[in-house]
Amino acid sequence: MVSVRSVYTQPSSLTFSDLPWIIQHREDRCTLCGQCTAVCPKQAIYLTYRRQRMPKLDILQKKRGNEYRHFVGIRQHTAIDKMCIGCGMCSSVCPNEAIGPVPNSNEHRSRFHMDEKGDAWKRGGRRNVPGKTILDRIAFDRISMLTDPALDAGRHEFSLNTILGRVLPPEEFLRRQLAGEWIPPTREIFPFVIGSMSFGALSPNMWLGLLQGVAYCNEVLGIPVVMATGEGGCPPWVLRSPFLKYIILQIASGYFGWDEIIRAIPEMQCDPAAIEIKYGQGAKPGDGGLLMWFKVSKLIARLRGVPEGVDLPSPPVHQTLYSIEESVMKMIQTMSMAFGFRVPVYPKISGSTSAKSVLNNLVRNPYAGALLIDGIDGGTGAAYNVSMDATGHPIASNLRECYLELVAQGRQNEIPLFAAGGVGKNGNVTQNGMALIMLGASGVHVGKYIMQACAGCLGNEMGRCNVCNTGICPKGITSQNPKLYRRLDPDDVAQRVADVFSSIRIEMKKIMAPLGRSQSLPIGMSDALGIDDADAAERLGIKYIC
Amino acid sequence: MCRLALKTADIPFSPYEVLTGMEAMQEGYDGSGLGLLLRGVSFADFNYKKEEHLILSGIAHSEAAFQRLHKHMEERGFEQEYDHQFKVNSALIEAKDRYQYIVRVYKKPQGLSVAELEDRLMQARLFLRKDGEQHGGDLTVFSFWSDVIMIKEVGWPLEIGDALGLNDDRIKARVVMAQGRQNTNYGINLYACHPFFIQGIATMTNGENTAFVPIKEWLEGKRIPGYMGYQSDSEVFAHILHYVTKKLNLPLACYKHVITPLKTEELNKHPQGEFLKGLRTACRRLIIDGPNAVIGTLPDESCLLVMDQKKMRPATVGGRPGAWAIASEMCGVEALIPDRDPSLDFQPMREHTVIIPPDRKELLIWSQFDPFTLSQAA
Ligand code: SF4
Ligand code: SF4
Repeated sequence: MVSVRSVYTQPSSLTFSDLPWIIQHREDRCTLCGQCTAVCPKQAIYLTYRRQRMPKLDILQKKRGNEYRHFVGIRQHTAIDKMCIGCGMCSSVCPNEAIGPVPNSNEHRSRFHMDEKGDAWKRGGRRNVPGKTILDRIAFDRISMLTDPALDAGRHEFSLNTILGRVLPPEEFLRRQLAGEWIPPTREIFPFVIGSMSFGALSPNMWLGLLQGVAYCNEVLGIPVVMATGEGGCPPWVLRSPFLKYIILQIASGYFGWDEIIRAIPEMQCDPAAIEIKYGQGAKPGDGGLLMWFKVSKLIARLRGVPEGVDLPSPPVHQTLYSIEESVMKMIQTMSMAFGFRVPVYPKISGSTSAKSVLNNLVRNPYAGALLIDGIDGGTGAAYNVSMDATGHPIASNLRECYLELVAQGRQNEIPLFAAGGVGKNGNVTQNGMALIMLGASGVHVGKYIMQACAGCLGNEMGRCNVCNTGICPKGITSQNPKLYRRLDPDDVAQRVADVFSSIRIEMKKIMAPLGRSQSLPIGMSDALGIDDADAAERLGIKYIC
Repeated sequence: MCRLALKTADIPFSPYEVLTGMEAMQEGYDGSGLGLLLRGVSFADFNYKKEEHLILSGIAHSEAAFQRLHKHMEERGFEQEYDHQFKVNSALIEAKDRYQYIVRVYKKPQGLSVAELEDRLMQARLFLRKDGEQHGGDLTVFSFWSDVIMIKEVGWPLEIGDALGLNDDRIKARVVMAQGRQNTNYGINLYACHPFFIQGIATMTNGENTAFVPIKEWLEGKRIPGYMGYQSDSEVFAHILHYVTKKLNLPLACYKHVITPLKTEELNKHPQGEFLKGLRTACRRLIIDGPNAVIGTLPDESCLLVMDQKKMRPATVGGRPGAWAIASEMCGVEALIPDRDPSLDFQPMREHTVIIPPDRKELLIWSQFDPFTLSQAA
């Protein structure tokens, strides 16, 4: 008998049942090939020798006894830094279906120990709040049944595009047209935009795949998809290529990558789709961008103009002498000027109760080309868990509030609102996006869904994977390690981008046809929406249905 | 689906003719309402002159409302010249709260500019409408303009014609628009009957405007007096026509470019493509949707017909020099102008705007793909 007092335990000693994911290993199937342990991004599993007691009963001699057998088995680490993240790579490589993670439905003791070494829990991914979102619950219920010959989603023509850029009131447009004055630039784009994910957060293969897919959508499928870069610039060859017109360049508070961009301006073959000035992000409001040192490879260091292997935190706000309003105004103007007033420039802010004030500010700024609001369900490459889970504002009511503010001022056509943050969180990307459009968005930005659908990202809202910050992305999506990112074939990603946007296009028609809409994107068509929650219905100004 | 009929002729005719013409298309309406708009008006009992007189049309539902109307008009300095008394057979009218059908002629006030007068007339109409609404809806005012009479009532078109004695030839007109209503998504309300009227401009529509709410919200946001009401999803067609021609001062051809703009690929080839793309963007919230045939008339007695972008609604125009008809169905045109060459009837396609100019000599068929004269902006 071993004395209990001699068992060594620390405050952070955990056992496998304390962890969010428990590895189930079937010895009878395992051939000890070692592939699972090799692939595991966290080194969460290891091969180890074990001893097993074999009870022995000698009937003739009426004696009981034991024999012992030694065997090699796979076990799970319980240290926090080696905790299984449930990515499932082990099961995907196992030839015998002998191993795999199972979510632990018990409490997660490990949660209390994620702050080892005094730093709070940082991770990548999304808000870990699973379940249906408000957007998922919205139904399109105004079906034209009485007088219409119905629209045919398969055969009729549909205008699905949206406008990005400042739109003048008709009177002012005609006046300037007549006077030969400047008319703000606009772009006709597909309303589902690939949201900002930086070159740095994403691996080179992922980025290339996305860009290839976007170019294919534009040039072959006739779907004018654009993608945003996120902070950190854009590969020099892209800046000087004709593909730049499909790209929204982001400038954020660290100004990373802009030396390279400014240098490229004289050599650009075309203008970028737009410039996005990041003031905030839904996943981590009030926090600047963060590229952790693991991911600052040689290429990234060059693009961003920094040394290799250092953490790159951007400040929470743009450096300004006086106020955010002032800096918004100045930056929008400066950026417009840098591109000869030919490129729409708009800010991106995090969903917040103060979004309306920002909007009112922009309404008065004649150069502001749009407003992008990113809600609490937005994703990120790296942030503190507390920012992701508990800071921010859900997008639906925030967007609606802002749209109704514009309606009250009669300016809903002038500043297009774009919404982001959780679009397609549960896979319903078109439904979520169209719900936001009918609540008043001119379009939506989609990030995580694109990673999941086009590159097979494994992350989910139950804490699965979400290690995008540390450069160990098992799918090679958010890693700068060539050993990992060569797992991802850019051609495959491009193919999936084309698949995804083709099917979004079909689903948009399937939503619009029964509503009798085909001539223009049904922006603000709130009469078509219903939700099975009376309070949400009231807040959003749509119907309560049950 | 509603049924529409319009007749325009050099020689004034009785509105009853149009009601009989509508009988031919009877299966298309359900007796939920009739709307009539008359232009180029003449009365048997009064020598009406467009330049000197204004006409107020509406319904007083009680004596008190009738008295108030009288008082308000006097207070606003409008001098009554003639009060048309319909010979009403109330047994044929479904509604039982019609105290008096109003078609009153007033003297046109002098010394005002055109814009001032137009504004004053609209203000007076809106005031009366609001006054009615504040008194439990006991006063309904359809139009106050020179040379326009409007009648709206619930029931079957021909029966309403009989009930008001419209076949007695005491009122005639050169242009008559009529709609037999098929009640769709909004309750039966007199203001919801087509045609819709604002400052001399009138439209009626056959179909459903599925983009109604965003368009309505945008028009209301313009805070232009008169852009209100919206009891029907089709009312916005009249207001957009008003906005395009009177507020933006664009040629009539631009109406089509605003409500059903061409696609980008088509505009890339259009001689005025760049301008039209800009116009489309600026007026994006005015793009209509759903199946619609819009018939409109303007103060100079020109008539127009435009189709939705997919031409999902039928409409035919036919006639001869001096008399033309537009109707939802060919049989409607046949009933209105039998003495024409039916082989010349025209059914506009998605890109067409058909205009019958005031001289009524021939049809103008204008295609959206053709350039137009845009003195101002091109
Ligand atoms: S699920 Fe992923 S993290 Fe967990 S053991 Fe398997 S490979 Fe490692
Ligand atoms: S698969 Fe890669 S991108 Fe997806 S959650 Fe895991 S680490 Fe992040």
